[in-house]
Amino acid sequence: MKPSITTSWNSLPGPEDITRLELSNAITLLTRANFNSPSVVMSGYLTSGSQFDPDEKLGLAYFTSSALMRGTQSHAHQEIFEILESVGASLGLSASVHTTSFGSRALVEDLPVLLQILNECLRQPVFPADQVEKLRAQLMTSLAIRAQDTEEMASMRFDQVVFPQHPYGRPEDGFTETVQRITRQDLVDFHQAHYGPKGMVLVIVGAVTAEQAQDQVQRALGDWSNPTQLEPASMPEAAPLKATFREQVNIPGKSQTDLVMGTLGPKRCSPDFLPASLGNNILGQFGLMGRIGDVVREQAGLAYHASASLNAWIGAGSWEVSAGVNPANLDRTVDLVISELERFVTEPVSQEELEDSQSNFIGRLPLSMESNSGVANAILNLERFQLGLDYYRRYPQMVSQVTPAMILEAAQSYIDPQKLAIISAGTASVPDVP
Amino acid sequence: MPTPIATTVLDNGLTVQLKEIHTAPLISHWMWYRVGSRDEIPGKTGISHWVEHMQFKGTPRFPAGILDKAISRDGGIWNAFTYMDWTTYFETLPADKIGLALELEADRMVNSTFDPQEIESERKVVISEREGSENEPLFRLGEAMQVEAFQSHPYRNEVIGSIEDLHKIKREDLYQHYCSYYTPGNAILAAAGDFKAEEMLAQIKEIYKNVPPAPLPPHPAQPEPPLTSQRHVEVKGPGETTFLKIAYRAPSASYADFFPFTLLDSLLTGPSSLSMFGGGGISNKTSRLYRLLVEKELAVHVGGSLQATLDPYLYEITATIHPKQSPEAVLAAIDAEIKRLQEESISVAEITRAIKQARALFAYSSENITNQAFWLGYAEIFANYDWFINYLDQLSKVTTADLQQIAQEYLQPSRRVIGAYLPDGNQGGEA
Repeated sequence: MKPSITTSWNSLPGPEDITRLELSNAITLLTRANFNSPSVVMSGYLTSGSQFDPDEKLGLAYFTSSALMRGTQSHAHQEIFEILESVGASLGLSASVHTTSFGSRALVEDLPVLLQILNECLRQPVFPADQVEKLRAQLMTSLAIRAQDTEEMASMRFDQVVFPQHPYGRPEDGFTETVQRITRQDLVDFHQAHYGPKGMVLVIVGAVTAEQAQDQVQRALGDWSNPTQLEPASMPEAAPLKATFREQVNIPGKSQTDLVMGTLGPKRCSPDFLPASLGNNILGQFGLMGRIGDVVREQAGLAYHASASLNAWIGAGSWEVSAGVNPANLDRTVDLVISELERFVTEPVSQEELEDSQSNFIGRLPLSMESNSGVANAILNLERFQLGLDYYRRYPQMVSQVTPAMILEAAQSYIDPQKLAIISAGTASVPDVP
Repeated sequence: MPTPIATTVLDNGLTVQLKEIHTAPLISHWMWYRVGSRDEIPGKTGISHWVEHMQFKGTPRFPAGILDKAISRDGGIWNAFTYMDWTTYFETLPADKIGLALELEADRMVNSTFDPQEIESERKVVISEREGSENEPLFRLGEAMQVEAFQSHPYRNEVIGSIEDLHKIKREDLYQHYCSYYTPGNAILAAAGDFKAEEMLAQIKEIYKNVPPAPLPPHPAQPEPPLTSQRHVEVKGPGETTFLKIAYRAPSASYADFFPFTLLDSLLTGPSSLSMFGGGGISNKTSRLYRLLVEKELAVHVGGSLQATLDPYLYEITATIHPKQSPEAVLAAIDAEIKRLQEESISVAEITRAIKQARALFAYSSENITNQAFWLGYAEIFANYDWFINYLDQLSKVTTADLQQIAQEYLQPSRRVIGAYLPDGNQGGEA
């Protein structure tokens, strides 16, 4: 059976109903109207990511983004949240490697308020010294909680091992010693050097017309300029591992050990991406977590969660299998995963498996865009990865054209079961655990 | 005007709730059973949740794996949840594919296999799920506090069950639990989305015509009176972060006090959505306890939790203690603020604001069809759908006097459980 393309297809965002506009200061604005609910979602990003962080002050971009709402030239911290929360609106900012992202929502009548606050926080933050210290204490507590989180620690260590000497290998939220070193002046300087309209993308989805949205954004952000804004540097290439690297992060007192194992994966713009992505679905997503879920959870009963994920980003990607297991079952799980990976790089997936996943990819798209935030996210990805406004319309065709041979080739290009990063985090095994 | 809801009770006792929504070519279908940890007896804790797992292991007509594949192929999502008062199964699918979900739920209401080998394999999976939760300090603290908060009501147990019971429960226990509680009279079918209610109802009647009625199962739990003393719980564990949790008895969702309590929670710890699916939240930085605890650096985070339950459960305030502070200092500050709420007048503006926040959360959560169908069944479990329809109206009727009275009645220091998670100095985190 060939995957079907349902009539719901035309309800997906496309060139006819997404409006894209570049403001004169280089901000890109994308909008799509939806009058089914009286609310609006606004999300987007700027180019001020953690790739600019010095090693000794890792966490600087993240700290800066977290401090933007701590006070502006016009409003104190509590006033900012008084304005937002009193109308049931929300705004949050956070930094990752490439960007500082923001997400917000409000009832549609309050969109101007949302834009006004966003504008103030991006352009006129004052980083009050007392607030910076309060925030630092909160960030340090988050890091202390992270150090106890088996899943996060395994994942962080995995990134460090797979991406040595690469921005993707460094945690955006830094380490206790690097966050401790960051001064208020560092935040001011980072903001001055990296926050600006160049490269900024803003998406508005909800009960507002494109004209209204454009008008409001123009009024709020149209006159922003920062002649000293630095351009992001290009990313170094990530090199594959030369041999398997295995490590246990010891965290005492934990019942479960989290395992993350895998390798580099394709970039989002690579032609390998779609075959790898379909392959990953077969490997560890489809149904109840694909082949990995079947072997580790359904057959062996070793884990509640066991799945595979492909994280394709701008400069590189990673291909990971993760599971949470009893420490006594760790080695057995690692062996099972390695045999599945061996099978995955040796035999082509079956036509039936591929058709299942193709059908799944095509069919799930409308569901992922049920809500305004789902649509906003989808549009943001079009812009972030330069996919074209008609991407979701072309998508079924592209998915249908992937063959088992293409998946095998993609799998072989990235996965070598003899050269994996295998990271576990938890408490070492007690011999007689059932 | 809200969309009209078609409510029907079939001859075999199954309640059917349908709501047409034509904004997207999708249908979300939910099957709710009145069974959860509230219906469990000592020695069998966790049995409802385990039965839920077994419901994915197949029937003679739909063997394990077939459905997963069929639903995933259509781009649908399906899942299930077990909680204190209920167990629910849902499928959201393209509208023209919903027939499969209807057939499946009717079939596994009576025909699940409960294969002994699958049960043993799933025992390990459920234990693994529990071990994952045990990694979390707040799970361990919450579990220890629940036991103190209820003398005999099953709300004293975690839904996942105790590790001892998970090792002991047998196939016949599971199968018997399934046969008793998975009956049409104990279930609610709720669907929302792109269908014509009349046609959908006809299809449902056809599918369920052969599912026989069955005696209604027992629900032996008796609501417990308020706590009579203040109890203390300490849990020690790894890490360097201290958490404080305070639990008060809360009203059940169908009780009139629940609505003012919702606003009381909003004033203290910020607005929160009762929805499980979509909508997103609003920050709580202008709530009374955030200003008091986080702004003044006694804590780095504070939140509240009020849940819609059949019997009176718990209202919980949780704070992550600032590294330089103690749980005692935080508790004293919270107590002072609650005293203020009980004794000093509350402004109308503060309540009006909380109502506007609730209205916004309500609008956000109605964007999504899965969530709309969720409410059709969920509200029926602890009250009825009118509860949901009238939710905002009920909130808008709350007066400052109501709120104050609620604070005085429920938030008494002499009737609560205070819990602290204290680091034992074992930090780890090293490779």
